[in-house]
Amino acid sequence: MRRFTYHEPKSIADAVHLLSAYGEKARLIAGGTDLVVEMKQGKKEPDHVISLRSVPGVNEINFSGGYLRLGAMVTHRAIERSPLIRERFTLLADAVDNLGSVQVRNVATVGGNICNGAPSADTAGPLLALDAVLLVEGPEGERNISLNEFFRGPGKTALAANEVLKQIIIPELPPEACSRYLKHTRRKAMDLPLLGVAVTLIPEAGGEICREARIALTLAAPTPIRAIRAEKHVAGKPFYRAVWEEAGVLALEDSSPRTSFRTTAAYRKKMICALLPRAAAEALERSGRTMKG
Amino acid sequence: MIAVKISFLLNGDPVTAEVPDQVTLLEMLREHFELRGAKEGCGYGECGSCTVLVEQEAVNACLMLAAFVNGKSVQTVEGLAGKQCRLDPLQEAFVEHGAVQCGFCTPGMIMSAKALLAENPRPSRDQIRRGMAGNLCRCTGYAKIVEAVAAASKRGCSCGESS
Repeated sequence: MRRFTYHEPKSIADAVHLLSAYGEKARLIAGGTDLVVEMKQGKKEPDHVISLRSVPGVNEINFSGGYLRLGAMVTHRAIERSPLIRERFTLLADAVDNLGSVQVRNVATVGGNICNGAPSADTAGPLLALDAVLLVEGPEGERNISLNEFFRGPGKTALAANEVLKQIIIPELPPEACSRYLKHTRRKAMDLPLLGVAVTLIPEAGGEICREARIALTLAAPTPIRAIRAEKHVAGKPFYRAVWEEAGVLALEDSSPRTSFRTTAAYRKKMICALLPRAAAEALERSGRTMKG
Repeated sequence: MIAVKISFLLNGDPVTAEVPDQVTLLEMLREHFELRGAKEGCGYGECGSCTVLVEQEAVNACLMLAAFVNGKSVQTVEGLAGKQCRLDPLQEAFVEHGAVQCGFCTPGMIMSAKALLAENPRPSRDQIRRGMAGNLCRCTGYAKIVEAVAAASKRGCSCGESS
Protein backbone atom coordinates (compact mmCIF):
# COMPACT_ATOMS: atom_id res chain seq x y z
CA MET A 1 0.00 0.00 0.00
CA ARG A 2 1.06 3.56 -0.71
CA ARG A 3 2.22 5.51 2.32
CA PHE A 4 -0.35 7.54 4.26
CA THR A 5 -0.72 9.21 7.65
CA TYR A 6 -3.08 7.50 10.06
CA HIS A 7 -5.30 9.61 12.32
CA GLU A 8 -7.44 8.49 15.23
CA PRO A 9 -9.55 11.46 16.39
CA LYS A 10 -11.32 11.20 19.75
CA SER A 11 -14.57 12.85 18.62
CA ILE A 12 -16.71 13.24 15.50
CA ALA A 13 -16.01 17.00 15.62
CA ASP A 14 -12.26 16.30 15.43
CA ALA A 15 -12.84 13.92 12.49
CA VAL A 16 -14.85 16.64 10.70
CA HIS A 17 -12.00 19.08 11.38
CA LEU A 18 -9.44 16.68 9.86
CA LEU A 19 -11.66 16.07 6.82
CA SER A 20 -12.07 19.82 6.33
CA ALA A 21 -8.31 20.38 6.66
CA TYR A 22 -7.19 17.62 4.26
CA GLY A 23 -10.11 17.69 1.81
CA GLU A 24 -9.77 15.29 -1.13
CA LYS A 25 -6.54 13.85 0.25
CA ALA A 26 -8.34 12.29 3.24
CA ARG A 27 -10.52 9.19 3.55
CA LEU A 28 -12.48 7.95 6.52
CA ILE A 29 -11.85 4.32 7.40
CA ALA A 30 -14.42 2.23 9.28
CA GLY A 31 -13.79 -1.54 9.22
CA GLY A 32 -11.51 -1.11 6.22
CA THR A 33 -12.66 -4.25 4.38
CA ASP A 34 -13.44 -2.18 1.27
CA LEU A 35 -11.01 0.73 1.62
CA VAL A 36 -7.91 -1.40 2.33
CA VAL A 37 -8.67 -3.52 -0.75
CA GLU A 38 -9.08 -0.38 -2.87
CA MET A 39 -5.86 1.10 -1.49
CA LYS A 40 -3.99 -2.13 -2.22
CA GLN A 41 -5.34 -2.08 -5.77
CA GLY A 42 -4.32 1.57 -6.13
CA LYS A 43 -7.94 2.60 -6.83
CA LYS A 44 -7.84 4.97 -3.85
CA GLU A 45 -4.67 6.69 -2.74
CA PRO A 46 -5.42 8.93 0.24
CA ASP A 47 -2.58 10.78 1.99
CA HIS A 48 -4.56 10.77 5.22
CA VAL A 49 -6.64 7.92 6.62
CA ILE A 50 -8.97 8.85 9.47
CA SER A 51 -10.39 6.16 11.75
CA LEU A 52 -13.39 6.64 14.03
CA ARG A 53 -12.47 3.72 16.29
CA SER A 54 -11.46 5.97 19.23
CA VAL A 55 -14.71 7.96 19.11
CA PRO A 56 -16.88 6.89 22.07
CA GLY A 57 -20.31 5.42 21.35
CA VAL A 58 -19.96 4.82 17.60
CA ASN A 59 -20.30 1.05 18.00
CA GLU A 60 -23.42 1.12 20.19
CA ILE A 61 -26.83 -0.32 19.35
CA ASN A 62 -29.57 1.52 21.22
CA PHE A 63 -33.33 0.95 21.15
CA SER A 64 -35.48 3.47 22.98
CA GLY A 65 -38.29 5.96 22.41
CA GLY A 66 -39.55 4.12 19.34
CA TYR A 67 -36.23 4.27 17.45
CA LEU A 68 -33.41 1.84 16.86
CA ARG A 69 -30.13 3.75 16.68
CA LEU A 70 -27.10 2.09 15.14
CA GLY A 71 -23.77 3.84 15.67
CA ALA A 72 -21.89 4.27 12.39
CA MET A 73 -19.22 1.76 13.47
CA VAL A 74 -21.62 -1.05 14.51
CA THR A 75 -20.31 -4.20 12.83
CA HIS A 76 -22.34 -6.63 10.76
CA ARG A 77 -21.47 -9.24 13.37
CA ALA A 78 -23.03 -7.14 16.16
CA ILE A 79 -26.24 -6.95 14.12
CA GLU A 80 -26.11 -10.70 13.44
CA ARG A 81 -25.85 -11.35 17.19
CA SER A 82 -28.55 -8.90 18.30
CA PRO A 83 -31.72 -10.79 19.34
CA LEU A 84 -33.60 -7.48 19.25
CA ILE A 85 -32.75 -6.86 15.58
CA ARG A 86 -33.48 -10.48 14.63
CA GLU A 87 -36.90 -10.26 16.27
CA ARG A 88 -38.06 -6.73 15.45
CA PHE A 89 -36.05 -5.67 12.37
CA THR A 90 -35.74 -9.14 10.87
CA LEU A 91 -34.79 -8.19 7.30
CA LEU A 92 -31.71 -6.39 8.59
CA ALA A 93 -30.59 -9.66 10.19
CA ASP A 94 -31.27 -11.36 6.81
CA ALA A 95 -28.88 -8.88 5.21
CA VAL A 96 -25.93 -9.67 7.46
CA ASP A 97 -26.46 -13.43 7.74
CA ASN A 98 -24.56 -14.26 4.58
CA LEU A 99 -22.63 -11.09 3.94
CA GLY A 100 -18.98 -11.92 3.30
CA SER A 101 -17.43 -14.26 5.85
CA VAL A 102 -17.27 -14.32 9.65
CA GLN A 103 -13.91 -12.57 9.34
CA VAL A 104 -15.41 -9.78 7.23
CA ARG A 105 -18.57 -9.45 9.35
CA ASN A 106 -16.45 -9.09 12.49
CA VAL A 107 -14.92 -5.86 11.23
CA ALA A 108 -17.07 -4.49 8.38
CA THR A 109 -19.52 -1.83 9.58
CA VAL A 110 -23.04 -0.84 8.56
CA GLY A 111 -21.93 2.78 8.28
CA GLY A 112 -19.16 1.80 5.87
CA ASN A 113 -21.53 -0.39 3.87
CA ILE A 114 -23.90 2.57 3.38
CA CYS A 115 -21.35 5.37 2.93
CA ASN A 116 -19.42 3.52 0.20
CA GLY A 117 -22.52 3.92 -1.94
CA ALA A 118 -21.97 0.54 -3.62
CA PRO A 119 -24.98 -0.50 -5.75
CA SER A 120 -24.61 -3.98 -4.22
CA ALA A 121 -24.55 -2.97 -0.52
CA ASP A 122 -26.42 -5.68 1.38
CA THR A 123 -27.72 -3.47 4.18
CA ALA A 124 -28.95 -0.73 1.81
CA GLY A 125 -32.17 -2.47 0.71
CA PRO A 126 -33.27 -3.48 4.22
CA LEU A 127 -32.47 -0.03 5.61
CA LEU A 128 -34.49 1.60 2.78
CA ALA A 129 -37.40 -0.74 3.54
CA LEU A 130 -37.09 0.31 7.20
CA ASP A 131 -37.33 4.04 6.31
CA ALA A 132 -33.94 4.68 7.90
CA VAL A 133 -32.66 8.21 8.45
CA LEU A 134 -28.98 9.09 8.71
CA LEU A 135 -27.69 11.48 11.36
CA VAL A 136 -24.57 13.18 10.01
CA GLU A 137 -22.26 15.83 11.40
CA GLY A 138 -20.38 18.47 9.44
CA PRO A 139 -18.68 21.81 10.16
CA GLU A 140 -22.08 23.51 10.51
CA GLY A 141 -23.39 20.92 12.98
CA GLU A 142 -25.72 17.96 12.65
CA ARG A 143 -28.37 17.21 10.03
CA ASN A 144 -30.63 14.31 9.11
CA ILE A 145 -30.70 12.75 5.65
CA SER A 146 -33.43 10.29 4.68
CA LEU A 147 -31.81 7.18 3.23
CA ASN A 148 -34.23 7.61 0.29
CA GLU A 149 -32.29 10.78 -0.61
CA PHE A 150 -28.84 9.46 0.21
CA PHE A 151 -27.71 7.36 -2.74
CA ARG A 152 -26.78 9.52 -5.74
CA GLY A 153 -24.97 7.10 -8.05
CA PRO A 154 -22.47 4.25 -7.92
CA GLY A 155 -20.03 5.26 -5.17
CA LYS A 156 -21.79 8.61 -4.74
CA THR A 157 -23.83 9.72 -1.75
CA ALA A 158 -25.39 12.90 -0.36
CA LEU A 159 -22.64 13.08 2.27
CA ALA A 160 -20.42 16.17 1.82
CA ALA A 161 -16.65 15.60 1.75
CA ASN A 162 -16.33 16.95 5.28
CA GLU A 163 -19.38 15.27 6.80
CA VAL A 164 -19.30 12.15 8.95
CA LEU A 165 -22.10 9.64 9.46
CA LYS A 166 -22.81 9.32 13.20
CA GLN A 167 -25.91 7.21 13.47
CA ILE A 168 -28.46 5.26 11.46
CA ILE A 169 -31.92 5.89 12.94
CA ILE A 170 -34.67 3.37 12.28
CA PRO A 171 -38.28 3.89 13.38
CA GLU A 172 -39.81 0.98 15.25
CA LEU A 173 -42.25 -1.16 13.24
CA PRO A 174 -45.73 -1.95 14.55
CA PRO A 175 -45.89 -5.42 16.14
CA GLU A 176 -48.00 -6.82 13.27
CA ALA A 177 -45.33 -5.91 10.67
CA CYS A 178 -43.20 -8.57 9.00
CA SER A 179 -40.23 -8.39 6.66
CA ARG A 180 -37.83 -10.28 4.43
CA TYR A 181 -34.64 -9.58 2.51
CA LEU A 182 -33.81 -11.98 -0.30
CA LYS A 183 -30.27 -11.91 -1.62
CA HIS A 184 -29.97 -13.66 -4.96
CA THR A 185 -26.48 -15.09 -5.33
CA ARG A 186 -24.63 -17.82 -7.19
CA ARG A 187 -22.85 -19.05 -4.05
CA LYS A 188 -24.13 -19.47 -0.52
CA ALA A 189 -21.20 -17.57 0.98
CA MET A 190 -18.66 -14.86 0.12
CA ASP A 191 -20.70 -13.53 -2.77
CA LEU A 192 -22.24 -10.21 -3.74
CA PRO A 193 -25.90 -10.24 -4.73
CA LEU A 194 -27.01 -10.44 -8.35
CA LEU A 195 -30.18 -8.82 -7.06
CA GLY A 196 -31.46 -7.89 -3.61
CA VAL A 197 -35.15 -7.61 -2.72
CA ALA A 198 -36.20 -6.14 0.64
CA VAL A 199 -39.84 -6.05 1.74
CA THR A 200 -41.51 -4.69 4.87
CA LEU A 201 -45.25 -5.40 5.16
CA ILE A 202 -47.63 -3.71 7.57
CA PRO A 203 -51.04 -5.44 7.48
CA GLU A 204 -54.41 -3.98 8.46
CA ALA A 205 -56.02 -5.28 11.65
CA GLY A 206 -57.06 -8.85 10.93
CA GLY A 207 -53.98 -9.38 8.79
CA GLU A 208 -55.73 -10.06 5.45
CA ILE A 209 -55.10 -6.70 3.78
CA CYS A 210 -51.81 -4.93 3.17
CA ARG A 211 -51.97 -1.47 4.75
CA GLU A 212 -48.47 -0.43 3.74
CA ALA A 213 -45.59 -2.09 1.94
CA ARG A 214 -42.07 -0.80 1.62
CA ILE A 215 -40.14 -2.41 -1.19
CA ALA A 216 -36.47 -1.79 -1.88
CA LEU A 217 -34.29 -3.25 -4.63
CA THR A 218 -30.52 -3.43 -4.94
CA LEU A 219 -28.72 -3.89 -8.26
CA ALA A 220 -31.98 -3.06 -10.03
CA ALA A 221 -30.63 0.44 -10.78
CA PRO A 222 -27.36 2.39 -10.44
CA THR A 223 -28.24 2.90 -6.76
CA PRO A 224 -30.39 0.99 -4.28
CA ILE A 225 -33.99 2.15 -4.86
CA ARG A 226 -37.51 2.06 -3.46
CA ALA A 227 -40.00 0.49 -5.90
CA ILE A 228 -42.65 3.15 -5.37
CA ARG A 229 -45.06 1.99 -8.11
CA ALA A 230 -45.05 -1.51 -6.71
CA GLU A 231 -45.61 -0.19 -3.17
CA LYS A 232 -48.65 1.85 -4.29
CA HIS A 233 -50.09 -1.10 -6.16
CA VAL A 234 -50.15 -3.48 -3.20
CA ALA A 235 -51.33 -0.97 -0.58
CA GLY A 236 -54.94 -1.58 0.45
CA LYS A 237 -55.12 -4.91 -1.38
CA PRO A 238 -55.35 -8.43 0.05
CA PHE A 239 -52.25 -10.61 0.18
CA TYR A 240 -52.84 -12.41 -3.12
CA ARG A 241 -50.05 -13.83 -5.24
CA ALA A 242 -51.54 -12.28 -8.39
CA VAL A 243 -51.39 -8.81 -6.81
CA TRP A 244 -47.72 -9.30 -5.99
CA GLU A 245 -46.94 -10.68 -9.44
CA GLU A 246 -48.42 -7.45 -10.86
CA ALA A 247 -46.27 -5.54 -8.36
CA GLY A 248 -43.23 -7.36 -9.73
CA VAL A 249 -44.01 -6.09 -13.23
CA LEU A 250 -44.57 -2.55 -11.87
CA ALA A 251 -41.25 -2.76 -10.02
CA LEU A 252 -39.61 -3.10 -13.43
CA GLU A 253 -40.83 0.41 -14.23
CA ASP A 254 -39.01 1.68 -11.16
CA SER A 255 -35.88 -0.21 -12.20
CA SER A 256 -33.14 0.21 -14.78
CA PRO A 257 -30.90 -2.82 -14.26
CA ARG A 258 -27.60 -3.11 -16.06
CA THR A 259 -25.66 -5.89 -17.64
CA SER A 260 -22.49 -6.36 -15.61
CA PHE A 261 -19.84 -9.06 -15.52
CA ARG A 262 -21.97 -10.82 -12.88
CA THR A 263 -25.14 -11.15 -14.93
CA THR A 264 -27.34 -9.53 -17.57
CA ALA A 265 -30.01 -6.85 -17.32
CA ALA A 266 -32.55 -9.28 -18.83
CA TYR A 267 -31.88 -11.86 -16.10
CA ARG A 268 -32.12 -9.22 -13.37
CA LYS A 269 -35.52 -8.14 -14.76
CA LYS A 270 -36.83 -11.70 -14.69
CA MET A 271 -35.57 -12.13 -11.15
CA ILE A 272 -37.25 -8.91 -9.96
CA CYS A 273 -40.59 -10.38 -11.14
CA ALA A 274 -39.82 -13.74 -9.54
CA LEU A 275 -38.33 -12.61 -6.25
CA LEU A 276 -40.67 -9.80 -5.23
CA PRO A 277 -43.70 -12.12 -4.73
CA ARG A 278 -41.40 -14.66 -3.06
CA ALA A 279 -39.98 -12.10 -0.62
CA ALA A 280 -43.51 -10.94 0.29
CA ALA A 281 -44.72 -14.52 0.76
CA GLU A 282 -41.76 -15.37 2.99
CA ALA A 283 -42.28 -12.20 5.03
CA LEU A 284 -45.92 -13.17 5.58
CA GLU A 285 -44.94 -16.70 6.58
CA ARG A 286 -42.82 -15.23 9.36
CA SER A 287 -45.95 -13.83 10.96
CA GLY A 288 -47.82 -17.12 10.55
CA ARG A 289 -49.87 -16.07 7.49
CA THR A 290 -49.75 -17.31 3.92
CA MET A 291 -49.98 -15.59 0.57
CA LYS A 292 -53.27 -16.62 -1.09
CA GLY A 293 -53.70 -17.84 -4.65
CA MET B 1 9.63 8.55 8.62
CA ILE B 2 5.98 8.32 9.57
CA ALA B 3 5.42 5.55 12.10
CA VAL B 4 2.69 4.52 14.47
CA LYS B 5 3.42 3.00 17.87
CA ILE B 6 1.27 0.00 18.67
CA SER B 7 1.04 -1.75 22.04
CA PHE B 8 -1.00 -4.91 22.30
CA LEU B 9 -1.16 -8.42 23.74
CA LEU B 10 0.38 -10.92 21.33
CA ASN B 11 -0.40 -14.52 22.25
CA GLY B 12 -0.75 -13.37 25.85
CA ASP B 13 2.44 -11.30 26.06
CA PRO B 14 2.44 -7.48 26.11
CA VAL B 15 4.38 -6.21 23.09
CA THR B 16 5.09 -2.89 21.37
CA ALA B 17 5.97 -2.20 17.76
CA GLU B 18 6.67 0.90 15.69
CA VAL B 19 5.62 0.39 12.10
CA PRO B 20 4.78 2.68 9.15
CA ASP B 21 1.13 3.86 9.25
CA GLN B 22 0.07 1.86 6.19
CA VAL B 23 1.34 -1.51 7.47
CA THR B 24 -1.31 -4.22 7.83
CA LEU B 25 -1.66 -6.47 10.86
CA LEU B 26 -0.47 -9.38 8.71
CA GLU B 27 2.69 -7.55 7.61
CA MET B 28 3.45 -6.55 11.20
CA LEU B 29 2.97 -10.11 12.50
CA ARG B 30 5.05 -11.72 9.76
CA GLU B 31 7.82 -9.16 9.36
CA HIS B 32 8.15 -7.34 12.67
CA PHE B 33 7.34 -10.27 14.96
CA GLU B 34 8.48 -13.02 12.57
CA LEU B 35 5.32 -15.03 13.15
CA ARG B 36 4.84 -16.64 9.75
CA GLY B 37 1.90 -18.95 10.51
CA ALA B 38 -0.70 -16.56 9.11
CA LYS B 39 -0.22 -16.42 5.34
CA GLU B 40 -1.05 -13.95 2.63
CA GLY B 41 -3.08 -15.88 0.05
CA CYS B 42 -5.21 -13.44 -1.89
CA GLY B 43 -4.51 -10.27 0.10
CA TYR B 44 -8.13 -9.16 -0.39
CA GLY B 45 -10.09 -10.95 2.35
CA GLU B 46 -11.39 -13.76 0.13
CA CYS B 47 -9.28 -16.77 1.16
CA GLY B 48 -8.87 -16.55 4.95
CA SER B 49 -5.32 -17.89 5.08
CA CYS B 50 -4.32 -14.78 7.08
CA THR B 51 -6.98 -15.40 9.76
CA VAL B 52 -5.97 -14.49 13.33
CA LEU B 53 -8.05 -13.66 16.40
CA VAL B 54 -8.42 -10.07 17.60
CA GLU B 55 -10.24 -9.90 20.95
CA GLN B 56 -11.16 -13.60 20.39
CA GLU B 57 -12.85 -12.84 17.04
CA ALA B 58 -11.57 -14.13 13.69
CA VAL B 59 -10.40 -11.41 11.31
CA ASN B 60 -8.52 -11.19 8.02
CA ALA B 61 -5.13 -9.82 9.12
CA CYS B 62 -4.39 -8.80 5.51
CA LEU B 63 -7.25 -6.25 5.53
CA MET B 64 -6.69 -4.82 9.00
CA LEU B 65 -4.37 -1.90 9.61
CA ALA B 66 -1.83 -2.76 12.31
CA ALA B 67 -2.90 0.43 14.12
CA PHE B 68 -6.34 -1.11 14.69
CA VAL B 69 -4.99 -3.60 17.27
CA ASN B 70 -3.49 -0.96 19.55
CA GLY B 71 -4.65 -1.86 23.08
CA LYS B 72 -6.20 -5.15 21.96
CA SER B 73 -5.35 -8.84 22.22
CA VAL B 74 -4.17 -10.78 19.17
CA GLN B 75 -3.86 -14.54 18.97
CA THR B 76 -2.07 -16.34 16.15
CA VAL B 77 -1.67 -20.04 15.41
CA GLU B 78 1.77 -19.90 17.06
CA GLY B 79 0.06 -19.07 20.36
CA LEU B 80 -2.12 -22.18 20.41
CA ALA B 81 0.53 -24.67 21.50
CA GLY B 82 1.43 -22.41 24.43
CA LYS B 83 4.66 -22.29 26.38
CA GLN B 84 4.66 -26.07 26.85
CA CYS B 85 4.67 -26.57 23.08
CA ARG B 86 1.80 -29.03 23.29
CA LEU B 87 -0.53 -29.03 20.29
CA ASP B 88 -4.00 -27.65 20.82
CA PRO B 89 -6.63 -30.43 20.57
CA LEU B 90 -7.91 -28.71 17.44
CA GLN B 91 -4.46 -29.01 15.87
CA GLU B 92 -4.29 -32.67 16.95
CA ALA B 93 -7.68 -33.31 15.35
CA PHE B 94 -6.46 -31.76 12.06
CA VAL B 95 -3.45 -34.08 12.08
CA GLU B 96 -5.43 -37.20 13.02
CA HIS B 97 -8.15 -36.63 10.42
CA GLY B 98 -5.86 -35.79 7.51
CA ALA B 99 -7.23 -32.25 7.35
CA VAL B 100 -3.82 -30.93 6.30
CA GLN B 101 -2.40 -31.45 2.82
CA CYS B 102 -0.19 -28.66 1.51
CA GLY B 103 -0.80 -26.79 4.77
CA PHE B 104 -0.99 -23.25 3.39
CA CYS B 105 -4.59 -22.69 4.53
CA THR B 106 -4.21 -24.62 7.80
CA PRO B 107 -3.25 -21.82 10.23
CA GLY B 108 -6.23 -19.77 9.02
CA MET B 109 -8.53 -22.80 9.15
CA ILE B 110 -7.45 -23.58 12.71
CA MET B 111 -7.97 -20.00 13.91
CA SER B 112 -11.42 -19.78 12.29
CA ALA B 113 -12.34 -23.11 13.90
CA LYS B 114 -11.01 -21.85 17.23
CA ALA B 115 -13.31 -18.80 17.11
CA LEU B 116 -16.23 -20.93 15.94
CA LEU B 117 -15.91 -23.47 18.77
CA ALA B 118 -15.41 -20.74 21.37
CA GLU B 119 -18.79 -19.30 20.38
CA ASN B 120 -20.56 -22.56 19.60
CA PRO B 121 -18.89 -25.57 21.26
CA ARG B 122 -21.18 -28.12 19.54
CA PRO B 123 -21.71 -26.88 15.98
CA SER B 124 -23.61 -28.94 13.40
CA ARG B 125 -21.85 -29.84 10.14
CA ASP B 126 -23.77 -27.04 8.47
CA GLN B 127 -22.74 -24.55 11.15
CA ILE B 128 -19.10 -25.62 10.72
CA ARG B 129 -19.35 -25.04 6.96
CA ARG B 130 -21.00 -21.65 7.44
CA GLY B 131 -18.57 -20.62 10.17
CA MET B 132 -15.58 -21.49 7.98
CA ALA B 133 -16.97 -20.17 4.69
CA GLY B 134 -14.31 -17.46 4.68
CA ASN B 135 -11.46 -20.00 4.49
CA LEU B 136 -10.56 -21.56 1.18
CA CYS B 137 -8.67 -24.84 0.78
CA ARG B 138 -7.58 -26.00 -2.67
CA CYS B 139 -6.37 -29.46 -1.58
CA THR B 140 -8.67 -31.31 0.77
CA GLY B 141 -12.13 -30.73 -0.64
CA TYR B 142 -13.10 -29.65 2.90
CA ALA B 143 -14.58 -32.97 4.05
CA LYS B 144 -11.59 -33.81 6.26
CA ILE B 145 -11.46 -30.29 7.66
CA VAL B 146 -15.14 -30.41 8.66
CA GLU B 147 -14.51 -33.85 10.19
CA ALA B 148 -11.57 -32.56 12.19
CA VAL B 149 -13.50 -29.60 13.58
CA ALA B 150 -16.45 -31.86 14.45
CA ALA B 151 -14.10 -34.31 16.20
CA ALA B 152 -12.43 -31.50 18.15
CA SER B 153 -15.83 -30.19 19.23
CA LYS B 154 -16.77 -33.64 20.57
CA ARG B 155 -13.68 -33.55 22.78
CA GLY B 156 -14.88 -30.19 24.10
CA CYS B 157 -11.46 -28.76 23.53
CA SER B 158 -11.75 -25.19 22.53
CA CYS B 159 -12.97 -23.43 25.61
CA GLY B 160 -9.64 -22.66 27.25
CA GLU B 161 -7.27 -19.94 26.20
CA SER B 162 -4.04 -21.69 25.35
CA SER B 163 -1.82 -18.65 25.00
